[in-house]
Amino acid sequence: MELIELRSIEKTYQMGDIAVPVLKGISLAIRQGELLALTGSSGSGKSTLMNILGCLDRPSAGEYWLDNQEISKLSSDERAMLRNRKLGFVFQSFNLLARTSAIDNVAMPLSYTAENLSEREARKRAAEMLARVGLADRLGHYPSQLSGGQQQRVAIARALINRPPVLFADEPTGNLDSKTSEEVLQMFERLNTEDGITIIMVTHDPKVAGHAKRVIRMDDGVILADAAPAGSGRETPGGGAP
Amino acid sequence: MRLYATARTAFRALRRNPMRAMLTTLGIVIGVGAVIAMMEIGAGSSATLKKTIASMGANVLVIQPGTASSGGVSFGAGSTTTLTPEDSQAILRECPAIRNATPMVRARTQVVYGNRNWVPNAIYGTTPAYLEVQNWSILAEGEPFSERDVLNGNRVCILGQTLVRELFEGASPLGKDIRIKNIAFRVIGVLTPKGANMMGFDQDDVILAPWTTIKYRVTGASLSTSNQSTDATASTSVNTLSNLYPATHGTLYPEQSAAQQADNPMPVRFANIDSIMAAANNSGEISMAIEQITGVLRERHRIRGDDPDDFNIRNMAELTKTLSTTTTLMTNLLLAVAMISLVVGGVGIMNIMLVSVTERTREIGLRMAVGARGRDILRQFLVEAVVLCLTGGAMGIILGHGGSLLVKFLLHWPVETSPAAIAAAVLVSAGVGIIFGFYPAWKASRLDPIEALRYE
Ligand SMILES: Nc1ncnc2c1ncn2[C@@H]1O[C@H](COP(=O)(O)OP(=O)(O)OP(=O)(O)O)[C@@H](O)[C@H]1O
Ligand SMILES: [Mg+2]
Repeated sequence: MELIELRSIEKTYQMGDIAVPVLKGISLAIRQGELLALTGSSGSGKSTLMNILGCLDRPSAGEYWLDNQEISKLSSDERAMLRNRKLGFVFQSFNLLARTSAIDNVAMPLSYTAENLSEREARKRAAEMLARVGLADRLGHYPSQLSGGQQQRVAIARALINRPPVLFADEPTGNLDSKTSEEVLQMFERLNTEDGITIIMVTHDPKVAGHAKRVIRMDDGVILADAAPAGSGRETPGGGAP
Repeated sequence: MRLYATARTAFRALRRNPMRAMLTTLGIVIGVGAVIAMMEIGAGSSATLKKTIASMGANVLVIQPGTASSGGVSFGAGSTTTLTPEDSQAILRECPAIRNATPMVRARTQVVYGNRNWVPNAIYGTTPAYLEVQNWSILAEGEPFSERDVLNGNRVCILGQTLVRELFEGASPLGKDIRIKNIAFRVIGVLTPKGANMMGFDQDDVILAPWTTIKYRVTGASLSTSNQSTDATASTSVNTLSNLYPATHGTLYPEQSAAQQADNPMPVRFANIDSIMAAANNSGEISMAIEQITGVLRERHRIRGDDPDDFNIRNMAELTKTLSTTTTLMTNLLLAVAMISLVVGGVGIMNIMLVSVTERTREIGLRMAVGARGRDILRQFLVEAVVLCLTGGAMGIILGHGGSLLVKFLLHWPVETSPAAIAAAVLVSAGVGIIFGFYPAWKASRLDPIEALRYE
């Protein structure tokens, strides 16, 4: 079953009188449990596509099916609820709340869930999540007291607190050295294989893309190639929509 | 519970910059403090004023005969004699807004006891109802005269404290006879002290007696209502008592049979009185009472259509209103200044909230990315502004209350703690938070998550 299906998605920005097409008809199908890397030259529209996939933005045209639901026509409140329940985000610059402890950072998305956990339960769940990313002994630390890799792991814990089926990461290792990048990527692989979380990440780094099971190359708003990384021997069908 | 969590988040956000929060809220602190202090001091002085007014008889209406004029020359209020005791009774009977009414006759003449004499401010001829009208029913000594004394024209009187002091040098006057225009009056009661009224008029410098006695024995002719103290010096020349008062006691007004009344609808006028004093049920009904009295008297006096009244109605409310208006004006003026301070404080809040929204653009973007809706962001910033204002309001209440206590102990001004003012202060500061916090919060809620996340 397809978890995500894009049908001729277009995105055009209007700069005054000039229309700037950024995505020019993207069709794509992603199954549950994939670990997918999105690569391509700068300005090719990767982040724009990610924002649409992540329900932060709406396409100018085309259909977006997520979990058998058409997304592109939803209101911003409905999209916010969807993001809260089904999608997790990891950013290049971590985006942790300053002067807020790791555990409170991780628990933050819970305050926007409909189920309304009590303060104690929320903290308990946040502590569990931090333990899973290997930071059980850093609960009370502020972001300024954590290394870059640790901060990104806090961010991953935050993204996973609502147990979403999909995790989006826009250049998650862009601010990390190669060793900590490797740690973060191994964590992604573990989450993908052990918990079956679908992970979609944007990267420039071929080494990072090498960890993915499927790599999509974009150029100038279209998909150039959609394949397993070199040497893996697997082939995934590209351009999901017939 | 959600609100509680939001409030906690707001506190945490404010604690990140306590100094800035303090300075921001200073305007609210000062504004609320000023409001509280003004309200408490204002409430204190208006309570004192109310007490003073109550001692003067706040609900009292005085009905005087109208102005006589002849060829364009007005003779001033009271220059005609149009009021009768029956008018007083009719007012009491027919005006629902009137609690009590009493006819009044006024004299001003010398009073003698032994070898001492004194000219009191006023000698009032009235009925026992006067004491009730004036809230003066409790006497210091003795007892009031009765309706029977009024009907019989008995020579009894009640003295004010000033007379006790002047004539009796403080000794008890009960049972003693004083002489007014050579007529002996038995003192049967002494009024409680009331002090000076707001114009400095000594309210204790009075003698009360049955109006019939004053009317027929002291002032003599019904038309002579003028100041009598001048001819009092020549008192020897007047008063061969027997021909001045009616020989028959008991009924001053001959009973009319129903047939007589039908035959002769114009009431026979037996006596003119100087004024009628009436008490309204409460100060709120004064204007209604005036209307009703006007109606009754116009009908009784057969005044038609547009003809002017032959009487006029004065009430203390006019006077007390003027006096209380002055204090209210002062309080309101200061309140207005306090309100301006609150508005200035609110603008300060708005300014800082706008700065805060800009500073935390990325945080807002992040919160939106993890599922905060526009209204969640709106509420977060609104709660933050309200928390800021309420904190300021709480400090302001403490400051203002402390200030008014200081005024009480240092200047001995009357001060009254007012829970309403405190409740108002809490509401106002929360209101300021909502009003001035709304725009920044709304702005935050309208941010686009992608742009907010990208914001440097
Ligand atoms: N809000 C916007 N308004 C107008 N044009 C935009 C906007 N956002 C992006 N673009 C344009 O869309 C194009 C694609 O941008 P995008 O951020 O998706 O590129 P990218 O592939 O993520 O690049 P990089 O690898 O450098 O992050 C760029 O040419 C950019 O100028
Ligand atoms: Mg990008």
